[in-house]
Amino acid sequence: MTYFSDVAALARKDLLLELRAKETLPAMLLFVLSSLTIFHFALPHGSGRLASLGVLWVALVFTALLGLTRAFVPEREQGLMDALVLAPCDRSAIWVAKTVAVLAFLGVAEIVALPAFAAFFSGVDGRMVGAVALADLGICAVGTLTGAMAVAGRARELILPLLFLPLVIPVVVGGVGASIGAGGKYLGFLALYDAIFGLLAWASFEYVVAET
Amino acid sequence: MNVKLPVLATITTALFAAAIGLIFFYAPTDADQGLSQRIFYFHVPIALTAYAAFGWGAWKALLLLRKRTENADLESYVAIHQGVIFGSLTLVTGSIWAKISWGVWWAWSDDQLVLFLVLFLFYCAYFMLRYSVDPGPARANMCAVYALFGVVLIPVSFLAIRLSRSFIHPVVFTSNGPQMTGSQFFTFCVSLLAMLSLFAMLYQLELAGKRLDARLRELKELLA
Repeated sequence: MTYFSDVAALARKDLLLELRAKETLPAMLLFVLSSLTIFHFALPHGSGRLASLGVLWVALVFTALLGLTRAFVPEREQGLMDALVLAPCDRSAIWVAKTVAVLAFLGVAEIVALPAFAAFFSGVDGRMVGAVALADLGICAVGTLTGAMAVAGRARELILPLLFLPLVIPVVVGGVGASIGAGGKYLGFLALYDAIFGLLAWASFEYVVAET
Repeated sequence: MNVKLPVLATITTALFAAAIGLIFFYAPTDADQGLSQRIFYFHVPIALTAYAAFGWGAWKALLLLRKRTENADLESYVAIHQGVIFGSLTLVTGSIWAKISWGVWWAWSDDQLVLFLVLFLFYCAYFMLRYSVDPGPARANMCAVYALFGVVLIPVSFLAIRLSRSFIHPVVFTSNGPQMTGSQFFTFCVSLLAMLSLFAMLYQLELAGKRLDARLRELKELLA
């Protein structure tokens, strides 16, 4: 039980911080809308629904990346990470809480992005929403871990995309496959990805933040 | 300095001489592709060696995280470094073969070529990570975790790429065993052994160099 209350307290801290400072979420919302606008002009006339589905996934992955770059910034600026590692709680709870917070931001961004996509490009069906939800889990699980790695280095914002993007290529494959309506096997694949990488990130986060 | 390195170098040279001899004078010429098919005896062993190197790097990473084995960090790094070199060679030899056999330098429709590209990007980021963090136990841990993610990414990416594309890569190893004649299979095995021992030798060589470098630095610090 204490594990869950630790997670709840840590996630509450992140969400409260965002509610007061309003730094990450407005940026993600604006970013996803401006990138959809850019993609409208980037796609030639008459390139069709398939191409627009592809760019939706590009927009979602990059929006997540924007949020993830900011995810560990408060910890870094205030020197909070050392305190969190010293705190008498399981270190994986830090990862779970951060993943929940990033997931919440990304979810809100998508609540705006998907209707905007439907209005700008083409309709959104239930399978697509399911694919986006499953992909979010994987993106946030892997992204939070790589985010914690990136802030430890000197090149922070520069290095996160390099660590993160090769790892989420399978998510894009699964997401695009499910969106173009090619059967439930893509949804199954996304769920498999979430399970494998979720477990791996949960188990290995401890080593990423530990000093020894 | 251990004696492993000269012994390994001798074995590698002998195996390579045997492999090259077998490839050009013993293995039969392919009925469809002619001489160009012989690149198979380089391309596939190089690719398998790259996988072996990544696997070895991940194994050392696991040893570091679970048992705190000394030197495991350096060994994991060297194995992955060699893996990236063999991986780049796989992309190059694969591209050459694709150009001759399919008429294009790059085929997105080919699963294994794309998989190697993904792995190549992933492991190049490993070096970016390693050189942006100050040396120490924290960096060793982080790199080890990333190396472990790599071996999990290999099958997951393969599944993903397979799901998304058609399959035109020649499939040599099926559930019915290798689809080769005896002489081809023998040549292939010698070639694979040669490539693996080349990896083992380069691995030991780079490790010896890195350790020497570390010792020299220690001595310099003592003098200063």
